Amino acid sequence: MASVKLNNIKKRFGDVDVLHGIDLDIKDGEFVVLIGESGCGKSTLLRLLSGLEDITEGDLYIDEERVNGRSPAKRGIAMVFQSYALYPHMNVFKNMAFGLKISGKDKAFVNNKVMEAAKKLKIDHLLERLPRELSGGQRQRVAIGRAIVRDPKVFLFDEPLSNLDASLRVQTRVELGKLHQELKATVVYVTHDQVEAMTLGDKIVVMNKGRVEQVGAPLDLYHHPKTQFVAAFIGSPKMNFLTAKISQPDPENTQLVLESGRVVQACVDTSSLNKGDLVQIGIRPEHIALECEHNTVEGTVTLIEHLGELSYLYIEIGQEGEMVLKVDGDNQHQAGDKITFGIQPNRLYLFDHQGKALTRVNAHTSAAIPL
Amino acid sequence: MKLFSRFMPSSGMRQVPKSVTIHAVLLAYTVIALFPIIVVVINSFKERRAIFRDPLGLPDSSSFTLVGFEQVLLRSDFGLYSWNSLVVTILAVGLVLLLGAMAAWALTEYKFKGNLLITFLFAMGIMIPIRLGTVSILSLMVNLNLVNTLTALVLVYIAQGLPLAVYILSEFVRTIPKELTEAARCDSVSEYKIFFCVILPLLKPAMATVAVFTMIPIWNDLWFPLILAPGEETRTITLGVQQFVGQYVTDWNSVLSALTLAIVPVLILYTIFSRQLIRGLTSGAVK
Repeated sequence: MASVKLNNIKKRFGDVDVLHGIDLDIKDGEFVVLIGESGCGKSTLLRLLSGLEDITEGDLYIDEERVNGRSPAKRGIAMVFQSYALYPHMNVFKNMAFGLKISGKDKAFVNNKVMEAAKKLKIDHLLERLPRELSGGQRQRVAIGRAIVRDPKVFLFDEPLSNLDASLRVQTRVELGKLHQELKATVVYVTHDQVEAMTLGDKIVVMNKGRVEQVGAPLDLYHHPKTQFVAAFIGSPKMNFLTAKISQPDPENTQLVLESGRVVQACVDTSSLNKGDLVQIGIRPEHIALECEHNTVEGTVTLIEHLGELSYLYIEIGQEGEMVLKVDGDNQHQAGDKITFGIQPNRLYLFDHQGKALTRVNAHTSAAIPL
Repeated sequence: MKLFSRFMPSSGMRQVPKSVTIHAVLLAYTVIALFPIIVVVINSFKERRAIFRDPLGLPDSSSFTLVGFEQVLLRSDFGLYSWNSLVVTILAVGLVLLLGAMAAWALTEYKFKGNLLITFLFAMGIMIPIRLGTVSILSLMVNLNLVNTLTALVLVYIAQGLPLAVYILSEFVRTIPKELTEAARCDSVSEYKIFFCVILPLLKPAMATVAVFTMIPIWNDLWFPLILAPGEETRTITLGVQQFVGQYVTDWNSVLSALTLAIVPVLILYTIFSRQLIRGLTSGAVK
């Protein structure tokens, strides 16, 4: 196991800059998730770490050693691909043993290693099968097993769960989490699924257009997003955004006016801004409460999505557009209902015109729905 | 009916007319393709006079004879000719497959200067018949002291078969997922081992196709053996047969018998490759 350090890593394909200088510190045994929209460069970054792609500029250290230009094999990494990339003509055992055999390890050692990994992953009864005779979940385990047997310093996962169906994905996700606790391995994991990121990661790296937008622990990103992009990216359904004008800048209690003229209070430090500046108010759907007396807004329900334990209400609020509310599943509202809801001032987020978050004061960080 | 229905597409009776048409066309084609071979085979068992009297008739008790086979097997070096043909064909096909697969892999996997140029040259090789270069090939072989050797034939046939082999195999290499080679690289497998242990096994069905395409023209070729290796020791089977074809008299019994015998080895080779071909097709169908 090892630490990984990225120092101003850049990648250029021809004239196109894909990564614009990535700095990142990954501690020994840490589970780091790279997340971002497709095309943000997260998979490219993983490929740079693996050595399958050359680093254009910057330094990469694995275990304090600069590994730029070294082949994947010599970096001590193991990669699990989205498509599993199992050798179709080899059975499960051979797939897992291939790398070890090639590097000249003796037979007993290879057998031991493979059996050990197979037991850990509960695929020891499948060793004679060919990949095409396995289900998606089983193939996924074999791919992970192939990585484990090599005792790599760093595990790299490239969207390993996205080819699985929903229920299997949840199950495998849990198993991956347990496996990480057991192996105590350094892991870099790429995904576009924020649930995977939140549940698996010790640290999440949110990427946007080839830059790191924010690095932090899952709850850190949820409660204290540094930019509007991160705020929108983390959390489901997405954070609601409303445009507002500052009517009273204040270091603690800012007063804002929505386009419709409604006045809103927010516990955010806006002392750096001026009266009349435009800002975006961010409101998480789960923080809106139907019985709240603060910052009340009226609207018409346009659509309800029932998920069982909770429901999503889509509400038209006039000029400002549409908002999503997360409410209790037993809620009896119907499309067309007029409702009033509110949100506590310490639940609001504000973002300036560049999308930078303004500091929240007395921020409410508990995830429970306030009353 | 049961046998008939086995050849039916699964979608039921509505498909019957279509299926009958398809099979009729295929059957007609088979008859056309097999006709000359059957004529050769049945006439090889007939007396000379019977061959001309009734070329399409089956041999009966009065016309049946094995004189042609006797002539070929006892009074000529038929064994040697077959051996020469077999050696040349197997060596040439084997090397075409190996070199073709290597070139296809290199041209599709690695980016290097001149990649496009080499690909283009191979494409030219498909379009330009190698026989146009016969004179310069001959003078080259004379200079290399390779005239009247099987090596000369093998070299020429490799050159003849390689372009198409590279072209077909490149297409197949492209269908192999890139992740496989990347996974192997992460597994610290060397580039040679990646080629031989990962890529080559996956190319088997494609190589069977190429083997069949390459093998038949080599086996049947008369041109290059006649020009490059006409010596008694290096004659191939097609050239060997020519000794029975005279300017004034042709020993038809022997010619036909020799041709009949010449079909056998190539048929065996074809069977081996086509099995591999079918196995490859079915194994590839299930992802």
